Amino acid sequence: MKSDGTNSNARTGETILDMRNVCIEGYGEDGWKTIVEPISFQLKRGEVLGLIGESGAGKSTLGLSAMGFSRGGCRISEGEIFFDGMDLRKASETQLRDLRGARIAYVAQSAAASFNPAYRLLDQFVEAPVLHGVSNARDASQSAVRLYGEMNLPEPETIGFRYPHQVSGGQLQRAMIAMAMSCKPDLIIFDEPTTALDVTTQIQVLIAIRKAIEAANAAAIYVTHDLAVVAQMADRIMVLRHGRLVEEGEARSLLAAPKQEYTRQLLNVRTERKEPAQVDREKDMVLRVRGISARYGKGVRVLENVSVDVARGETVAVVGESGSGKSTLARVITGLLPPYEGEVAFQGEELAGSFAERSKQDLRQLQMIYQMPDVALNPRQRISEILGRPLRFYLGMNQASCRERIDELLREVELPESYAERFPYELSGGEKQRICIARALAAEPRLIICDEVTSALDQLVSEDILKLLNRLQKTLGLSYLFITHDLATVKAVADRIVVMLQGCVVEQGEKDEMLRPPHHEYTELLLSSVPEMDPDWLDRVTADRAASGRLG
Amino acid sequence: MNALVAPVSAFGSLWRSAPVSAKVGIVIVFLWIFIGLFAGVIAPYGETEVVGSVWQEWSAETMLGTDQLGRDLLTRIIYGARNTIFIALLTTVLSFFIGITSGFMAAALGGWTDQLLSRIVDILLSIPILIFSLMLLSVLGTSVPVLIIVLAMLDSTRVFRLARSVSMDIVVMDYVEVARLRGEKLWWIMRREILPNAVAPLIAEFGLRFCFVFLLISALSFLGLGLQPPTADWGSMVRENAGAISFGILTPLIPALAIASLTIGVNLVVDWMLHKTSGLRDEV
Amino acid sequence: MVGQRLLFGAITLLAVSIIIASSVELLPGDVATAILGQAATPETVAALRKQLGLDLPFYQRYGEWLWNFLQGDMGISLTNERPVAPQVGERFANTLLLAALAAAVAVPLSLALGILAAIYRGGWFDKLISSSTLIAISTPEFLVGYIVIAIFAVELGWFPPLATLRHDISFLERIYVMLLPCITLALVVMAHMMRLTRAAIINLLASPYIEMARLKGVGTARLIVYHALPNALSPIITVIVLNLAYLIVGVVVVEVVFVYPGLGQLLVDSVSARNLPVVQASCLIFAGTYVSLNLLADIFSALANPRLRHPR
Repeated sequence: MKSDGTNSNARTGETILDMRNVCIEGYGEDGWKTIVEPISFQLKRGEVLGLIGESGAGKSTLGLSAMGFSRGGCRISEGEIFFDGMDLRKASETQLRDLRGARIAYVAQSAAASFNPAYRLLDQFVEAPVLHGVSNARDASQSAVRLYGEMNLPEPETIGFRYPHQVSGGQLQRAMIAMAMSCKPDLIIFDEPTTALDVTTQIQVLIAIRKAIEAANAAAIYVTHDLAVVAQMADRIMVLRHGRLVEEGEARSLLAAPKQEYTRQLLNVRTERKEPAQVDREKDMVLRVRGISARYGKGVRVLENVSVDVARGETVAVVGESGSGKSTLARVITGLLPPYEGEVAFQGEELAGSFAERSKQDLRQLQMIYQMPDVALNPRQRISEILGRPLRFYLGMNQASCRERIDELLREVELPESYAERFPYELSGGEKQRICIARALAAEPRLIICDEVTSALDQLVSEDILKLLNRLQKTLGLSYLFITHDLATVKAVADRIVVMLQGCVVEQGEKDEMLRPPHHEYTELLLSSVPEMDPDWLDRVTADRAASGRLG
Repeated sequence: MNALVAPVSAFGSLWRSAPVSAKVGIVIVFLWIFIGLFAGVIAPYGETEVVGSVWQEWSAETMLGTDQLGRDLLTRIIYGARNTIFIALLTTVLSFFIGITSGFMAAALGGWTDQLLSRIVDILLSIPILIFSLMLLSVLGTSVPVLIIVLAMLDSTRVFRLARSVSMDIVVMDYVEVARLRGEKLWWIMRREILPNAVAPLIAEFGLRFCFVFLLISALSFLGLGLQPPTADWGSMVRENAGAISFGILTPLIPALAIASLTIGVNLVVDWMLHKTSGLRDEV
Repeated sequence: MVGQRLLFGAITLLAVSIIIASSVELLPGDVATAILGQAATPETVAALRKQLGLDLPFYQRYGEWLWNFLQGDMGISLTNERPVAPQVGERFANTLLLAALAAAVAVPLSLALGILAAIYRGGWFDKLISSSTLIAISTPEFLVGYIVIAIFAVELGWFPPLATLRHDISFLERIYVMLLPCITLALVVMAHMMRLTRAAIINLLASPYIEMARLKGVGTARLIVYHALPNALSPIITVIVLNLAYLIVGVVVVEVVFVYPGLGQLLVDSVSARNLPVVQASCLIFAGTYVSLNLLADIFSALANPRLRHPR
């Protein structure tokens, strides 16, 4: 897999990057504060280092510092960064420019935002090689076509003539990886390159990254929050938390036997499983959705003949990728988008299409929890006001009983009673989501629609939220309609699974049944695309798919 | 007692956190407001009293000299502060009342109401405001109530735009959807969910609109179509004394500088407020 | 897409002309009586009503007014009993010359300074630009005008204080006389333009693709010229046109300061004299220019957007 020309002296095993006691500071309200504490590591040619951690761990900042770069508001305050013998902190702006793009390349999280909208993909590919004098425009264009082909992009000869907005997200991400390879770099930094993608797209990009690293015999830093993804990519893993190194080790041994408690927790996420609910699906049906079709304005249909049932005390998970219509289904059930065809029945009685025409009792018994707790809570209201309003509005409680019930609700979602006097901005993301749950509970509902309630949260936090929801269901006998794109969440909470694709229900049934083969073709694709902690998972899936001839 | 201490201490902490430029702005604004409020007490002479000959030098009796009719310029400036600021403030308040009410209504009701109001405003906005007000004043004549109502109506189109876009951003928030799904009435949503979140940008805009209206009234007065003599007014004072400039007498610059000082003061305060609400975005 | 915008512009202009024509109706009571004031006798009122077309129903009066206007007949002036069109035409040409001269100075200068301030954000140059433009936008146009006169005409004596145009002067003399109002207008407009340019560029430099270009080793000059500017075209065009439109408003006051025989001066004089035909004609020309400029900005910035130039 040796690359052909320029860096023929490249030898596997030679140290290319040596970071010594690198410390990074960020500018905040009280001046400069440390955001990455002194950290050291070395990287050899052909080696992939995974940097993993939750939000605020400093992993992206650290990744960028390997290029001698810090974002606005940050600075590398201490330490030495040796790249191929040269200290990047002492290097001049010109020296750094000569390295960036040529010998060190960067792949950003959002390709859609990181491609210049004014130029064609090929122009942007050719820029770095020509600028750095690596090759002329013609040769660079040829290598672009070759790399586009290797990245499995459709029509590699002509895709370069398209503008970024004319190419889909997953393809754009692969085009960016090809662009990073344009000068045959010695070090590539991948900054959450698959986080914004759907699982079925993610797997194609992962395969492309793997190929790119092998082909170039380059060293790579892979930054991500997803341990299962990094397990596929990295030879070595560093676990970061709050800008501090928690644990470091060979990927396989670290995954097999983590030494630190925090790493163990990260490894154990996605292991929550709810006890199956005992329900009578014949008699005790809370929600019955029959033959719903919906469309926005007079445009194309976004839902086509969808039927879903939710029984008392059970959780039905609606799973699908972006654009599958799963959130639209929630809007139809809540009455925000009256259906074009079909009916929604709640506890045996048909509901009006629009929420404005539903009775107060119906509105009360059907509550909703949102994806972003930040925008689901009014920033100008105290928690007591947020929780108190439904109590007064639906149940007509007076001041005293309201106070009592608010304390009870806070205890129920495992928050201290003193939080009642706080404003939302004084709470963390997970705590805000708990308030949203408490607000839904305040209405004493029968059914709660959970719309991607954990996807904006860190993994450990979302695991706790799922546990809380499962416990509440058991004690209060609630029913959930869980809308999510994440199959791990589905496994954690669902009794039944509904798979959606392009506005239609592809398959639905009991969880155990659904997770056992044989699957519907799309369900199979979805299930097999979810990364597992097993480092051999990607190889296995690639081999399987190659065998069955389905590699996109 | 608490009711008095709380705002004072709040102002104290706000004052300490303000940068020098904002402090300068606050001092200028409060100084002019003070002068305007107590014009009758501070001014050495009467508003229209002739005290000497035309365009006298600065002296102990007439600290800033006299104007084209021999009136004391300092006195005219002090009364001008009262008249000009009061009318500009009244116009801005009226403009905000009209603009916010219609803007919130357009955002909260949406649909046809929004379409109709927005298209009307689009068309009104396509005529430059100075030209529009000149035309209306030529028909309606120049008197203080006409001036205030015409300018407030025209300026409210700008306020409408902002109020609508600010509340549009709030209306799409999930917490407003929660309130709607709870079954809350429109007025409750406007008052409890939208208004508290719209206050900060609207206050900053109030400062900017005040500056704009104030400069517009001054320009109209300068053109002879604003406040009419013998009422003391900064813009008219510039116009009346304009002839002096060719003799090298700087009298017309003094009321003009007064106008500039007040708008600079307000702008300094607004700049700081905008900076505070936008966080550190512009800093790094 | 362009056609749709043109249509919308035409509709706006039509609506504007209706507003201008109907503004007469706003006055409670009779316009003719109000205009004539002391001189109002039944005969003079009747004559003026006929001259203004007030004896006709509104739609008919409006229709005739607009039709004649489009053919270049703007009615008869009430003060000097001469046709309005030639007077307005000459004055408008003067105003356009002044505005064009000011724009020729202000646009390149303020774009350059605004971009420089954005690039060196937070530095002394940026702070200087920010604070001086803050002062400039707070300053009324006439103050700038009189300061310019006090310095260049009275103190230094380089230029005449007033920009009156005689008919026999050469083009170069004309430009010389116009320099002071031109400088004044340019100063007023530049402050706005620099602030807006700076804000637009800063907004742009925060985009991820600019960071990406930096990380590809692109130098500052190329970053600005090749990566930022093509994307800044649309906001910059908007800024330029907004300020050209602003020029039109500023020009009224500056013309009065320098007694420059432009359309703005004519408008102000006619408003004082309640010379309605001239007022309406001038207003329609000003508003028309303003609407057309905004329309141009709309079309150009749409054309500068790659998403619209290269649809999927």
